[in-house]
Amino acid sequence: MKIRIKYAKTGVLRYIGHLDVMRYFQKAIRRAGLDVAYSQGYSPHQLITFAAPLGLGVTSEGEYFDAEMNSLTSSEDMVTRLNATMAPGMEVKDIVQLKEGEKTAMAVVAASDYLITCREGYGDIHDFTDVLDAFYSQERIEVVKVSKTKETQMDIKPFIYKLEAGENGIYMLLSTGSVDNIKPELVMEGFCHYLNRDYQKLAFRVHRLETYMRNEAGELVSLLEAGVHFHES
Amino acid sequence: MERLALSDEILMAVEKPARYIGNEVNSVIKDKSSVAVRFCMCFPDAYEIGMSHLGIQILYDMFNRMEDVWCERVYSPWPDLDAIMRQKEIPLFALESQDPVREFDFLGITLQYEMCYTNILQILDLSQIPLIAIERGETDPIVIGGGPCSYNPEPIADFFDLFYIGEGETVYGQLLDAYKENRKNGGTRYQFLEKAAEIEGIYVPQFYDVTYYEDGTIQSFEPNNPHAKRKIRKQVVMDFDSVPYPMKPIVPYIKATQDRVTLEIQRGCIRGCRFCQAGAIYRPTREKNVELMKQYALEMIKNTGHEEITLSSLSSSDYEGLPDLTEFLIEEMGKLKVNIALPSLRIDSFSLDVMKRVQDIKKSSLTFAAEAGSQRLRNVINKGLTEDMIREGAMKAFQGGWNKVKFYFMVGLPTETEEDLKAIPELCEQLAVDYYTIPKEERIGKVSITASSSFFVPKPFTPFQWASMNTEEEFLEKAHYVKEHFFQQKNRKSLSYRYHDADLTIMEGIFARGDRKLAPAILQAYQNGCMFDAWHEMFHQEIWDQAFEDHKIDIDFYTHRERPVDEILPWDFIDIGVSKQFFIREWERAKKAEVTPNCKQKCSGCGAAGFGGGVCFENKN
Repeated sequence: MKIRIKYAKTGVLRYIGHLDVMRYFQKAIRRAGLDVAYSQGYSPHQLITFAAPLGLGVTSEGEYFDAEMNSLTSSEDMVTRLNATMAPGMEVKDIVQLKEGEKTAMAVVAASDYLITCREGYGDIHDFTDVLDAFYSQERIEVVKVSKTKETQMDIKPFIYKLEAGENGIYMLLSTGSVDNIKPELVMEGFCHYLNRDYQKLAFRVHRLETYMRNEAGELVSLLEAGVHFHES
Repeated sequence: MERLALSDEILMAVEKPARYIGNEVNSVIKDKSSVAVRFCMCFPDAYEIGMSHLGIQILYDMFNRMEDVWCERVYSPWPDLDAIMRQKEIPLFALESQDPVREFDFLGITLQYEMCYTNILQILDLSQIPLIAIERGETDPIVIGGGPCSYNPEPIADFFDLFYIGEGETVYGQLLDAYKENRKNGGTRYQFLEKAAEIEGIYVPQFYDVTYYEDGTIQSFEPNNPHAKRKIRKQVVMDFDSVPYPMKPIVPYIKATQDRVTLEIQRGCIRGCRFCQAGAIYRPTREKNVELMKQYALEMIKNTGHEEITLSSLSSSDYEGLPDLTEFLIEEMGKLKVNIALPSLRIDSFSLDVMKRVQDIKKSSLTFAAEAGSQRLRNVINKGLTEDMIREGAMKAFQGGWNKVKFYFMVGLPTETEEDLKAIPELCEQLAVDYYTIPKEERIGKVSITASSSFFVPKPFTPFQWASMNTEEEFLEKAHYVKEHFFQQKNRKSLSYRYHDADLTIMEGIFARGDRKLAPAILQAYQNGCMFDAWHEMFHQEIWDQAFEDHKIDIDFYTHRERPVDEILPWDFIDIGVSKQFFIREWERAKKAEVTPNCKQKCSGCGAAGFGGGVCFENKN
C-alpha cells in the first residue's frame, strides 16, 4: 500500500538541498517508527519517491513524497508521529493513502504555483507588478534555458498558466514535471530581460504554494486528490 | 532558531550553507539567560569532518546534561565563507544560538591531528579573540585544548589558556565549578587560571618557563607560579560503564564523513604496538558492558534514525563481548533494516562468518593492517601478526569467496632495511600465489591485492619517541624502491601499490615532537595564508618553508635527529601513567626485534595498573 505525504519546508530549512531532504525524511521515518517497506539486498533502502525537487533557498508549503508501506495506522496518527520528530522548519501537513493504480507523485506532477517577493535591499516588487500585464500579454516570452550540456532558446509563454499581482508579490502558476519544467527563476529572468534590467538571482525570494496534478477532467488539483484519508481499522 | 548570524545573501553565496545554520535534529537549545556557563566546543576542520567525531558528541552531551551549562558547537568556516567574514568583519558564531563565540565563557578546541594547527588560529581570529593567550582580556573566553595532540601541546602552547590532559568525562565539573566560584568572588581571569592549575589534569602553559641549551634541546622546564604542578597527570575514566554516553547524537542535514551510530565498546588497547600513541595514552584498556551496548544500540538508532551502526575501539577483536554483541546486532538491526559496518577485525573464522552475514562478499574486501612487510620488522614494532596468521586468514577467506585484499603498511620504521621493504611486495605476491593454488572452478576470477603505505611519524609517549624519522627524500626513495619491486613480481597484474604524500608527513613529524619554539612559525604561516593544511590542495609548502626559515627552525632537529633517552623531552611534564622506564625498555627491545606479550598474555609493568582498574585487574595472570 502506498501513501502520499504533504509537507512544508520553511525557515532555515530552505538551505537544505533536495538530496539532503530525502536523507532527512528517511531518518525521520525511522525515528517515527513508521512501518515503511524496504528494498531487498545487503543495503536495503526505503521505498520512497519525491514529487518535484525544490531549489536551494526556496521555501514551500506544498511538498510531497510517496512511500510504500507494510502497514498503516491512521492519517492523523502518522502525521503526529512524524511531526514529533521534525526539526523546526519542517512540518508534515497531511497523509493520504493512494487509490489503487495511482501513479507516483513524480510521474503525475503537472504544475506548481509560487509567490515571488523582492529580497530586502534589492528593489521594489511594484516595479514588476505594475507592468506585469504588459509582460504577460506578449505573444511569445522568449528565454534562454541553460542546462548542463546546452543552451536553448525557448518560448515559455505556453507553460505559464497564470501570472498576476498577488499580495506584496507576483503570483505564478507554472508547468512542472519531467517534461516541461519551468522554474520561477526562469520567468523572472525573462521578466528582467523584458524590462532591460540586470537579472540577479538573489534579488527574489521564491515560495512554493502548492504542487498540482491533473484530474480526469484535465483540471489542476492538489496531489492529495489521488488518495484518501485513512483510519485505524 | 529563525535568527541566523549570516544573511540570506551570504548563505546563498557559499557552498553548503547547511554547515552554518545549526538547527539539526537532537541539537540542544537552552535559554541563555538561565545558564551559568556557556561552552563552545570546536572541531577545527570542516563541518562534515567535525560532525563525524565521537568525542565532541560525548562532551556535548555531557555538558548539556548539566543544568546550568549550555554547550554549543563551532567548526572551521570553509575558505569561501572565511573570506566573506573577514571582509565584512562578521564575528564567528556558535551554531545553536548563532551568538558570537567571543561572548562565551569557554572555547574548547579538540586537537585530533597536527595539521589542524593553523585552523585553530583561524577560529580564534574569526572569533575576534586575541591569538596569544597572555594577550586576552577579562571578557574573552577561556580557550581550552584537549584530545590526542594535547599530549604534546608545546608547539601551540602560546595560543591556549589551558589544556585538559586526559579523558573529558572526569574533571570538567571541577573546572566549571572553579570558574563559577571565581566569578562569584569577582576574581580575575588570571586568578581563575591559578585555580585551574591546581586541578588534576589541567595544564596552564603560561605558568611554566622553558630554557634551552645552545643546541636547541631543553635545559629546564619549570613552573613559574606556585599554583602550577610540576607534573600533569592524565585523567582517566575508571568507572567506564557509568559515564554518560550520548543517547541522542546530533543528526546533521548534510552528509557527514561518518553518518551513523557509533557504539564505543572499548577504550585503550592491549596490544602495545610500539608506533601507536593511542595504545599508550588510553591505557589501561577498559571494556563496556555488552548488555549496555545492546541497549544503547536500540536507543540510539531510534533517536537518530541512522541507517548504519558501527563499533568504535582500537581493536574490536579483543572485546570480550564481541560474538554476543555482533549476534545481537545482526538479529536486531536486520529487523530494523540498519546496516552494520564492522571496523577492521582480525581475519579469522569468526570475523569471516560475521562479514559474510552483514555484507556482500563480492563488494567487500579483507583488510590486513600488517604495518610492516617482514616478520623481523613486525617484531620490531611489536605488531602481533605473523605471516602465517595473514596467510591462513586470507586462504580461509579466498575459499569463502573473497578475492579482494587490502594491506596497510608503514614505510620508514626504525631499523628498516632494503630487505624489509622488499618484503612488502613479496608478502602481497605470496597471497596471490596462495590464491591461485585454489582450483580454477572453485575461485571467483582474479585476485586483487591492494597495498598502501603511509610514512612513519614517531609520536610522543611511544617507545619510538626517541627515534630518527626519515627525511622526505628518504621516504620517497623507499616508496619508489617498494614500487619498483612490485613491478618485479610474477603476479604484478593482481597487485597494486600506493603511498601517501611525504610533504604533509614531514610537517606532522615536526609538530608531533615539537617544542615552544615552533609557535611563532605557525603564527607566521597562518598570517601568510595557511589553513586547512590537512587538505592537500590547500597546503602551501612554500609559506611554511619561509616561516621555518624566518624563525630559524631546523626541520631535521625535530624529525631526523635521534634523541638520547636522557634528554628532556617537551612533553616530559605530562604523566600518562605509563612510565618512561617502560618506554626505554621497549625501545631497547625494539632494536633487538624482541616481541613483548600483550596485556592479556602477561603484564609488562608499564605502570598503568596504578589507575586501579581495566585489563590490569582482569583474570590476573
